[in-house]
Amino acid sequence: MTTASAKTTKTGAAPPRRGRRGIGGGRERLVRWTFVLPMAVFLLLFFCYPVSRNLMMGFQQWTVASFYEGGAPFVGLDNYVELVTDPLFGTAVLNTALFTAGSLSFQFVIGLGLAVFFQRRFPLSGVLRGLLLLPWLLPLVVSGAVFRWIYDEGFGVLNQVLLGLRLIQDPIPWLSSTQYALTAAVIANIWVGVPFNLVILHSGLQAVPASLYEAAALDGAGPWQRFRKITLPLLRPVIAIVLMLGLIYTLKVFDMIMVLTGGGPANATETLTTWSFALSFEEFDFGQGAAVGNVLIVIALVFALLYLRSIRDSLRSEGEPR
Amino acid sequence: MWSLVGFVEAIRQARSGRVERHPTDNRTPAGKAPAFGGAPDGRGNRSPARVVTIGLVVLLVTAGCAGGVRSRDPNVVIELDHYTDAAAGRQFRAVLDRCARRFDLRIQRQDVPTDQLMPKVLRDATAHSLPDLLFVDNPDLQTVAETGALTELGQYGLSGEGHFSAIVEAGSYRGELYGLAPGVNGLALFYNRTVFERAGLDPPETWQEMREAARTLTRGSTHGLAFSAIASEEGSWQFEPFLWSNGGELDDLTSPESVRALEFWSGLVEDGLASRSVVNWNQNDVIDRFASGHAAMMINGSWSLSALDDSGTDYGVVPIPTPSPDVAPQVPLGGEVGVVPETTPRRQENAARVLGCMLERENMLDWTTDHAYVPSRVDTAEQYARDVPAMKPFVTEVATGRARTAELGPRYREVSQALADAVQATIAGSASPEQALERAARVAETAD
Repeated sequence: MTTASAKTTKTGAAPPRRGRRGIGGGRERLVRWTFVLPMAVFLLLFFCYPVSRNLMMGFQQWTVASFYEGGAPFVGLDNYVELVTDPLFGTAVLNTALFTAGSLSFQFVIGLGLAVFFQRRFPLSGVLRGLLLLPWLLPLVVSGAVFRWIYDEGFGVLNQVLLGLRLIQDPIPWLSSTQYALTAAVIANIWVGVPFNLVILHSGLQAVPASLYEAAALDGAGPWQRFRKITLPLLRPVIAIVLMLGLIYTLKVFDMIMVLTGGGPANATETLTTWSFALSFEEFDFGQGAAVGNVLIVIALVFALLYLRSIRDSLRSEGEPR
Repeated sequence: MWSLVGFVEAIRQARSGRVERHPTDNRTPAGKAPAFGGAPDGRGNRSPARVVTIGLVVLLVTAGCAGGVRSRDPNVVIELDHYTDAAAGRQFRAVLDRCARRFDLRIQRQDVPTDQLMPKVLRDATAHSLPDLLFVDNPDLQTVAETGALTELGQYGLSGEGHFSAIVEAGSYRGELYGLAPGVNGLALFYNRTVFERAGLDPPETWQEMREAARTLTRGSTHGLAFSAIASEEGSWQFEPFLWSNGGELDDLTSPESVRALEFWSGLVEDGLASRSVVNWNQNDVIDRFASGHAAMMINGSWSLSALDDSGTDYGVVPIPTPSPDVAPQVPLGGEVGVVPETTPRRQENAARVLGCMLERENMLDWTTDHAYVPSRVDTAEQYARDVPAMKPFVTEVATGRARTAELGPRYREVSQALADAVQATIAGSASPEQALERAARVAETAD
């Protein structure tokens, strides 16, 4: 949304006829600025202010008294030192990494598989594809609540099915054992993320010319070879975008875990986001909560930069003559 | 750069269908993007007049908010609580209104869900626009008092005389009285009378008896006992009666008594007498399990009485079992205390008058009867136990109940969280009771 409006402002501000630039003078410049102004105000108010405030808070010691009396003392890197020495820090970082890697890899593989599957046209394929979007349309809190029921140890449908198929002997305590809780959260999140991968990859596949497949088939390439030599290379820019966006979304997943386990049992599903929430809004230590938030910002920023670079590279390679 | 992150966030939000309720607002850069992402739309951008108008409106609104406490009508008492369920809200409102009328005041009541009350209070404290009268969960009084925003109640002629001493302790911060409660609640053992009669069992009085009964009654998908061991205050508050009755203390979590209490507690799950899911249940989930017949007994508070009556379960209530019959149960006192934040002298005076009126015998009795709380006054509670027999076990327990914050004060919040984590770690099987409590004690030591 934001990028879209930023783009319009940019093109709007650049006058089509170069020659008139100097002559139009003050009025035209004013018009240009009025186009930019709302966006600038918006960014200042709702991005720059909260972000800089959050960066600041990470270096301050917030106690409950800070709220009423105002002003929290500046403590340098104390918050970060405390964070890193907290035994929970390692757990939260590891959980975040596992959660992100697990969700992302399965979401992508399943999404790609489904996208390739839907590349063929068959009766009801459109309807099916529409139905697969459902997880995307449901509020995460609703999906989370449903998954809580599915995972219930005693009467949850998942255990009933596994028991019925004789795949397991005893019901698995999905959400109540430190051993399974993270896996359970990852599975739920995969279900939520597949449609996003499916949609983007599917639209990417539409851009691959069918003639290439025909030519390859004539040359005797089998389905697997066609997938490897044609689909994958031509899809690479789209894949980069999907993975990069997926990574940033998954890093920030909060509600799914909150509804499923609240970070428990015994911090088994505590990620950086849930920990940050707990520090700020349960322990009211806003300084440390903000510090965790800042760590997340930095991680997201790194990947955002990587993403920008990959876009630039793919644009450049697209510009080259084929 | 932020526009990119904002874009990303906007997509994520659209994907998750979640726009409001973004608790990370304060920290994530893009937290506010989605809600406003649609604002600078084409139309808005095109008309500078419109932008100016919007800007003016925003300025006016913020200016209006900044007026603060001084500009409010002193005869309107702004009250904040978390009795969001319709029936409780109505009853509470009736008592409030009755008291306000007596002093020619009006009440402007606000209610927010329990978990949002403290964030709202802290936000209001930042803006110096706290309500005139505030009802907070009693351990949270320490947090609010710590901000320095509360006034001591003695100056308005209010005192805890005739109240149970533990309730006065729960309302005190650093030895001074800041909060008083019209009523309190506590935990007890609920048992399914039908199941007990069929098995020929009597309701348990000791840990041993409770264990035996649970063992007899655990069958298939039905467990003997249900309780909450969730990773928050609810989880530690359900364990505290067992910790205290065994001689354990919150400021001495590594003592053998504390360890044995946790061994008993987690042993119930380990032996299959309670579901492993207790680590994810809050107290409402526990009511559901009990009411649907999936648990023969449960640990829960007096507020569950009305839900159980609606469900048609035939149940009985007894005090929480203790390690031996000659030990009285020591349950933590629950319920909300009324506090008077610093506003203006006149407003404070008015709020204190309303609070004082709510603490009068008749009003106290009305509110507690409707809400299944125990009156805070000793003599009122005695009469109440005679009038409402179902509440008798709770009244008995309040006499020997304890204030959770009595020893630890504002440190209670962190210690309680550490204790809840220890309970979880033990039940979920990632640590032994000794290890878990040692870890909790270390956290408790560093709590400030």
